[in-house]
Amino acid sequence: MFYRENGQFKSSYRADQQVFPILQDRVAIGLVLIFAFAVVPFLASDYLMRAILIPFVIISLAALGVNVLVGYCGQISLGSGAFMAVGAYGAYNFFVRFPGLPLIPALILGGLCATLFGILFGLPSLRVKGLYLAVATLAAQFFSDWMFLRIKWFTLDTPSGSVSVSNLQVFGLPIESAASKYLLCLAMLVVIAVLTKNLVRGAIGREWMAIRDMDVAAAVIGIRPMYAKLSAFAVSSFIIGVAGALWAFVYLGAWEPAAFSVDQSFRLLFMVIIGGLGSIMGAFFGAAFITVLPIVLNQALPVIAGWFGAQISTVGIAHAELMIFGGLIVWFLIVEPHGLAKLWSTGKQKLRLWPFPH
Amino acid sequence: MKLKSLALAVAIVSALAGAAPAFAQAKEQFIPVLSYRTGAYAPNGTPWANGYVDYLKLVNARGGINGVKLTFEECETGYDTARSVECYERLKGKNGGASLVQPLSTGATFAITEKAPVDKIPVVTVGYGRSESADGTVFKWNFPIAGTYWVAADAIIQAIAQKEGGLDKLKGKKIALIYHDSPYGKEPIPLLQERAKMHGFDLQLLPVTAPGVEQKATWLQVRQARPDFVLLWGWGVMNSTALKEAQATGFAREKMYGVWWAGAEPDVKDVGDGAKGYNAVTMQHGAEPQSKLAKDVVAMLHDKNQGTGPKEEVGQVLYMRGAMSAMLGVEGIRAAQERFGKGKVMTGEQVRWGLENLSLTQAKLDGLGFAGVMRPISTSCTDHMGAAWARIHTWDGKAWKFTSDWLQADEQIIKPLVRSTAAKYAAEKKLTARTPADCQS
Repeated sequence: MFYRENGQFKSSYRADQQVFPILQDRVAIGLVLIFAFAVVPFLASDYLMRAILIPFVIISLAALGVNVLVGYCGQISLGSGAFMAVGAYGAYNFFVRFPGLPLIPALILGGLCATLFGILFGLPSLRVKGLYLAVATLAAQFFSDWMFLRIKWFTLDTPSGSVSVSNLQVFGLPIESAASKYLLCLAMLVVIAVLTKNLVRGAIGREWMAIRDMDVAAAVIGIRPMYAKLSAFAVSSFIIGVAGALWAFVYLGAWEPAAFSVDQSFRLLFMVIIGGLGSIMGAFFGAAFITVLPIVLNQALPVIAGWFGAQISTVGIAHAELMIFGGLIVWFLIVEPHGLAKLWSTGKQKLRLWPFPH
Repeated sequence: MKLKSLALAVAIVSALAGAAPAFAQAKEQFIPVLSYRTGAYAPNGTPWANGYVDYLKLVNARGGINGVKLTFEECETGYDTARSVECYERLKGKNGGASLVQPLSTGATFAITEKAPVDKIPVVTVGYGRSESADGTVFKWNFPIAGTYWVAADAIIQAIAQKEGGLDKLKGKKIALIYHDSPYGKEPIPLLQERAKMHGFDLQLLPVTAPGVEQKATWLQVRQARPDFVLLWGWGVMNSTALKEAQATGFAREKMYGVWWAGAEPDVKDVGDGAKGYNAVTMQHGAEPQSKLAKDVVAMLHDKNQGTGPKEEVGQVLYMRGAMSAMLGVEGIRAAQERFGKGKVMTGEQVRWGLENLSLTQAKLDGLGFAGVMRPISTSCTDHMGAAWARIHTWDGKAWKFTSDWLQADEQIIKPLVRSTAAKYAAEKKLTARTPADCQS
């Protein structure tokens, strides 16, 4: 009832090809965007923005990038942490070595560094598939760990190997307050998400999906596997690289290679699996699930225990958090193997028929 | 309308006046506790956190800081930088604002260093953190009180030189540094290189990837190169692994010197006799179960079932480190109260002043229960470290025993190094050094 499409007729190709063809979706997305841009910065506390929303937005961006590669093109990658690191250190090097370079071009150049790196480590995908490729991309992870720890040039010979940035500005506005950081990340996310959505709807996205579903058949109908796979690696690692640069510049401020360890790669892969492979929405759900939920659990558990008059130690909370989190992952994957995004679309389907389900 | 609001104000004030005793009790100084009791570094992180929390409880049991009680809240970081930042953001504004923060990880120290000046919260890193932050003119908010990794490295080199019969005897010797491949492990390198240049010894750098359980290749290099001494810059599980590898390689444990993160009970317990003779530098204190402080903690907290962690651990190396870290922070608050008003809750900025004007004489330390545990410390605007003393202790198979006199890091070497590295940082960040007027604020 709430989600009825009856009466929404499309009379032109343009109207039929909109990103959100249904009016309710357009309104909802519009409201969400207005809320995220105009309301949240005023309502959210400093902590909420700095410690939850900013990481969530940045990690959503990274998950989006991983989803392009894993979800749309079917190339399983465990090198996402490496792409983030390359983006972060690339942007750092441009930012510090070229004084006066504005922040956003530096972030984009960082993303381009990650693109090159991604294409390089995407080459094995032309020969190997599936789990074999996952192992091959793991090499990217170890290579980047080694590179940023050992090659001093990348870290400007800092004695400790940890680098930091400050005095961030966009168009002369300082990026220091929580709200400005949040808005910067959110703006990047929205722009890139819209571009990606259009990319996956278009010819290139269809090529990726054809390769994902059956690469031999795709080749037979004239899709060049090399072009499709490498373009997926390029686009994906660009997005992940920008996310890495934001993670380093905006969230951490100072970082070391450990910030982009193999754990990060695993987490990103879990995000797209739990969120939903091949879905832009899934990237957001997955990121929320993996980054926000542990923090929520961590803070909610002592409160919940308090209701029953119990006190949990810090260790108890940390362990309970891991157990509940792990349990939830298993439960979600059993209930909905296609991820949270599928749950979402099932919900929409149900709303279409409500209140008279067949 | 005005009358109405006036009446309301009167009503509120009178209500508050009625609740005045309760209000006075609410005067509490908040200290966030970032700890890691889980993960690969938990065996070392837990005793530190126990000592830290116990000391804060002890201060309250002794009546607070001039009557101001301490409140604290623990946040589990798991030694993860992103999670540490989250904890910092979560706790910094709670209960009237954090008075100071002790990140307890070099990675987190680096990240929080960038945030602290904006939030106006002092970052206290007792014996760790970034070494150049001893320069208070550049690092206004960082306090590596009671030593840095450069001090530790310098003390180790001096101890080795004493063993060999003088610094000139180091010429031609080979010293290997086996380090945790992270900013933490890399910290001592500039100082060791400086020393290597001065005395003509050969410094070999052997990194070990975190968390440090995979060291076979590293020790193969040790076997090939046969260094005269091995310095161990490890943490957590890496230390016991290194000692076991040394045993397997046949490298004399007497010739191994650990940093203080590699010189506590959890590091050597599992190795047992295999670690006999292994040395580690201590930033002032070692294992001090006989100190008055440990006895006070047992009497005032553990005997009343209010202690944190097992009673047997009170006075162990990392426990004492936690307690001493907490004490230095608390004394910073006390020093701030002396200037800004006794019995008041201090803001982060005021605590910063207190930490910068710390003057812990021997008498004060004795009164706090730290007699024999540490030497006097006094900080200043330019010197945020306050003291550069260290001792070497050695594992005899059962306990850590001091085997050296007090060693002082050579200021002639440390000072220029601190100044030049801090200047580089200032230039990168376009910071101007603090003026004398700023020092008084």
